[in-house]
Amino acid sequence: MRNKFAQCLTEIAAEQQDVCLLYADIGNRLFDKLKDVAPERTINAGIAEANMATMASGMATMGLRPFIYTITPFTTARNFEQIKIDLAYADVPVVIVGTGSGLSYANLGPTHHSFEDIALMRILPNMQVVCPADSLELEALMPQMLTVEHPTYLRIGKKNEPLNYDSVPNIKLGKAHVLQEGQRVLLLCCGTALQIGGKLHAQLQEQGISTELTSMHTVKPLDEDYLQKMADYDLVVTLEEHSLIGGFGSAINDWIVDVYEQPVNLLRCGIPDKFIDQLHDPDSARKRIGLTAEDILPKILQRLSKK
Amino acid sequence: MNTEAKQIIANIRQQLVEVSNKNKVPHLACSLSSVEILYTLYFHIMNIRPEQPDWADRDRFLLGKGHAAAVLYSVLGFRGYFAPEQVMTLGQNGSAFEEHPGKNPPPGVENISGSLGHALGLATGMAKAAKIAGSNAHFYALVGDGELNEGTNWEAAMFAPANGLDNLTVVVDFNKLQGTGRSCEIMQLENMEDKWKAFGWNTSRVDGHNVDALHEVLKADNIVAGKPRAIVADTIKGAGVSFMEDDNNWHYRIPTVEEVDAVAKELGLV
Repeated sequence: MRNKFAQCLTEIAAEQQDVCLLYADIGNRLFDKLKDVAPERTINAGIAEANMATMASGMATMGLRPFIYTITPFTTARNFEQIKIDLAYADVPVVIVGTGSGLSYANLGPTHHSFEDIALMRILPNMQVVCPADSLELEALMPQMLTVEHPTYLRIGKKNEPLNYDSVPNIKLGKAHVLQEGQRVLLLCCGTALQIGGKLHAQLQEQGISTELTSMHTVKPLDEDYLQKMADYDLVVTLEEHSLIGGFGSAINDWIVDVYEQPVNLLRCGIPDKFIDQLHDPDSARKRIGLTAEDILPKILQRLSKK
Repeated sequence: MNTEAKQIIANIRQQLVEVSNKNKVPHLACSLSSVEILYTLYFHIMNIRPEQPDWADRDRFLLGKGHAAAVLYSVLGFRGYFAPEQVMTLGQNGSAFEEHPGKNPPPGVENISGSLGHALGLATGMAKAAKIAGSNAHFYALVGDGELNEGTNWEAAMFAPANGLDNLTVVVDFNKLQGTGRSCEIMQLENMEDKWKAFGWNTSRVDGHNVDALHEVLKADNIVAGKPRAIVADTIKGAGVSFMEDDNNWHYRIPTVEEVDAVAKELGLV
């Protein structure tokens, strides 16, 4: 996804002279083409993420459209106060890009895991939160983010994530995207968890359980129109590679309690409330914490049997 | 310093003391230490249009030590951005003159402040953006010595010279005190001038209460191509009021009516 990000940004920066990138000394050759297209607008801010966010605010105030880019924990948590004041309260159109989100960097340990970034970003007024499922969703959403005059958090993985589409999907920022329609189970997938959702969908269909598969690439604002149908389902499942506390599933739960006020049989799947170390790779990590289709399917069937 | 300058500066000081008393607003002493710096910038150095505060090509002043918002408001008022008496609503419910400048401030205020260590980074980002756009505007950030405890300042301090931002000036209001004590005993701040110089800044040190000296170091002639400029201004917390000078109780204390009258006498206003 990060290669697609660099490619899309290069194309946009060639067209739009106000688009610029600040990166915290990572990416190595990732932005070489961007440097060719926009040398002055490709800025290494140094390993100084807090100042990078603040500088981006200053640049946005002067009329630029900055992206700030580094590994997710360092572009969301390390500089949280700068994001709160200089981007969210100042309400400037800066895109905060977190790369290697969730368990993408499983092998690098808890310093590089980000299970809390959605929670941190969605709590901030004015901030929209966008979590594309793969490179193709990212490609569709990149230009749309530049039409929004508010700060945006863009949560991406690292590279070579499996694709969920054959070509760039026709998706809209802020709107749920239904990949498969169904009536009994609703799978609401955030970001790269769409992969798990796809497998679950196939397994449930095989068992004759009509299941809807939806990509919720925009966590904030939620597509409230789409969510109006939740009460019609026997079971609604949220899937995310983020802590169960404060993330996408929490956003759905909050909305049900505060706005929807209808009973929903809700099963939230994500990362449990603990640090996870001594991991080899993302797949082994997902198995360790039970965030796989094989682990989740029995839970869904159990919930349905109680219905 | 001419008579008119003396009069304006005395009026600013008196207003700071009066509004502190009237609305029970603290942080008087750290406002008083910055009076001459802000006066010099707004009345003599910066290319601005008070009648057109959003003029695109204006120079910009970024306030770091946001708890000293009162002095910024007062200087802006006397400079003609709004009627000076409006500052007397400072800190009242619903007033744009917030104790720390917010998102909807009075005309002329360029940044949100209150959390320390943001202004230099904001000014640095603006200066970088101006370079990209080919603008000739200049960007001034005022930071306190206590504020320099915050590491983000030093992140910006390394970025600006590496990027040749000669359209950026930081002024350190070096009043030697912070919230709870002597700033140089809490953190190793000296030699302040050498610190900036070592980071690659065009640096000078000046008496921060001497308007003529401030004018001399802040004028455009002193800009060195390719280098940001750091001016270390030695100041006195509570400056201009004998019983407040260098007494850190006035970081939080509110003056009484009798003390307001005493200040007016000392400033020669009655």
